[in-house]
Amino acid sequence: VSGEQVLTFVAQSVRMAVPYTCAALGGVWSERSGVVNIALEGMLLGGGLAAVVVEHATGSAVAGVAAACGVAAAMGLAHAATFVLGRVDAIVSGIAWNLVAAGGTRFALRALYDSSSNSPVVAGFGGWGGASPLLRTLVDPATLLAAALVAWTSWCMSRTAFGLRVRACGEDPSSARAAGVGVARVRIGAVTLGAAICGLGGAALAFDQHQFQAGMSGGRGFIALAAVIVSGWRPARAAAACLAFAALDAVQIGFQDRAGEWRDLVQMVPYLATLAALAWIALRRGGAGGSAPAGLGHHA
Amino acid sequence: VTSSRPADQRLVGLLASLGGIATAWIAFDLLVWGYGESPRAMLGMLLAGTWGTPYGAAQVLYKATPLLFTGVAVELALRAGLFNIGAEGQLTIAGLAVGAVGAAFPASVPAVVALPVLLVVAMAAGAAWAAPPALLRARLGIHEVISTIMMNRVADALAAFALAAGLAVHGTVRTSNLPPGARIPRLEAVAHAFRGSAASVALFLALACAAALPWAFARMRLFREIALVGMNPVACAAERMPVARRLAQALCLSGAVVGLASTATVLGYKGYFESGLGAGAGFGGIAVAMLGRGSGVGLVAAALLFGTLEQGGLAINAHVPMEAMQVLEGVIIVAVALADSRMRALFARVLPPASRLA
Repeated sequence: VSGEQVLTFVAQSVRMAVPYTCAALGGVWSERSGVVNIALEGMLLGGGLAAVVVEHATGSAVAGVAAACGVAAAMGLAHAATFVLGRVDAIVSGIAWNLVAAGGTRFALRALYDSSSNSPVVAGFGGWGGASPLLRTLVDPATLLAAALVAWTSWCMSRTAFGLRVRACGEDPSSARAAGVGVARVRIGAVTLGAAICGLGGAALAFDQHQFQAGMSGGRGFIALAAVIVSGWRPARAAAACLAFAALDAVQIGFQDRAGEWRDLVQMVPYLATLAALAWIALRRGGAGGSAPAGLGHHA
Repeated sequence: VTSSRPADQRLVGLLASLGGIATAWIAFDLLVWGYGESPRAMLGMLLAGTWGTPYGAAQVLYKATPLLFTGVAVELALRAGLFNIGAEGQLTIAGLAVGAVGAAFPASVPAVVALPVLLVVAMAAGAAWAAPPALLRARLGIHEVISTIMMNRVADALAAFALAAGLAVHGTVRTSNLPPGARIPRLEAVAHAFRGSAASVALFLALACAAALPWAFARMRLFREIALVGMNPVACAAERMPVARRLAQALCLSGAVVGLASTATVLGYKGYFESGLGAGAGFGGIAVAMLGRGSGVGLVAAALLFGTLEQGGLAINAHVPMEAMQVLEGVIIVAVALADSRMRALFARVLPPASRLA
């Protein structure tokens, strides 16, 4: 194994970690406020499509990212309102919004580009940082932004009044309300903010392929949620877990060419690894929900 | 505080379902209008392409059959408080198993031998694919939503591997044809007007499942305990009920019922298994269960509605993308759940306290 191969592998892992990490941050914001969020999968799809559509129309990748965050935030708002104001089970709401996103993105592909599988090609952020793959990945705006958002989320959650309110709503919504916190408003705000970050992940996913493909999230939203659980709902550790999943993904893709008839089995690796990681952490903690926010899924 | 008189419950359920359908209608109009077509014309075309001809009606029945199986299965797990969103993968594995075993029968196999064996294979394969999430949930408390979704992905990869590794006819992604004795008769064999439709006798098996579900929860000890665990696992544990075991059994039973849906797709329709056969029926089953509100009649009505939407989607596909129907599934789930939750709150306020204690 040459040095260049190692660098390429590291670069690929970092690049593939961006969608996972953004989705996981969305999960942290949502679940620390007490709202179970399985709609991350749909937000990745919605964000990815919005990024490509807007860049294709305007030619600006920045506008595409803004649209991705906006669309995903709107989905987050819908999910949060369904749970907080509508008092619907958050899992039911998440399943439904995921279906709307899966069908809606396919509908939009047919409506806008007359294709049932993919959008036209867009440039994304391609071309920064020269020829070295590692450098090109590290100075990619989406990568830098994701890394900054991990640090910002950690800081916000532990050091700011808003972060404290979010955690209070997640741990004990009734007490938070008694202490004068507007639980509904804080939760809706936290879920929407997290969804906007998740939308950035969708944009990174689509820009990485230079197009949107139907169903391209491929379970990443759920794997990111597993990373949140494994990390004990902590942003930096969740990002580390995402990097590990992305590295596995990169290994899996690296093996695709060489695996021959075993190719399809190699594809299972990220999903089996997710199950194994959840089982391992549950065994270590003596139960999967050991360090979950105590008010997760409860109303004030 | 919720109102718990059975009559109130039924009324809330019915009103919530009607609210969901009304919302879906509005969403359909908006999608069609946004696409630049006339909602009225598209609704007319949708109805003409489904219930307008015997063939269209039979196709609705065919589309509704797997949905009814998966709807019953999702409802079964919901009674235990579990979300089986792994029906997609369970159906893939069951279809693969039925296709593989069925193709291995000799050409002259009699139906009395082949069909019982294949039914058992279908149920066993579906249950087996539900077993890992069931055990992870029961033993380690790992939420079934993530694990069943992961199992869906693994199922797709496993089916692709098995087909490529020798189950498929060379150069294709399908198994070889099942012998005639291993097929389920189509309705066109009895009703001539249904000619050309894939609707099969599997429909009656699905109806039997829908009828058996409420009966089992009312009469059978295992199912009663599953429902009790779904209502209050802590109280059940205090009563020395094997809570973990009942949860695992509920998810595996749900997988077994999902497996039966392969009778409609593999045995009734294609006569072989191919990559992607039955896709969408798993998620559709969630919508059926949410709209069906736990009654057998409700599940059948919901399966017919979504069967109509699926077939109707094909009928209007040349004018409006049929993907719109998947959006409607999600919209109906949200709308029914919202209407249900809001109406319960309203009933709790409006009705005198006595009815709340009942």
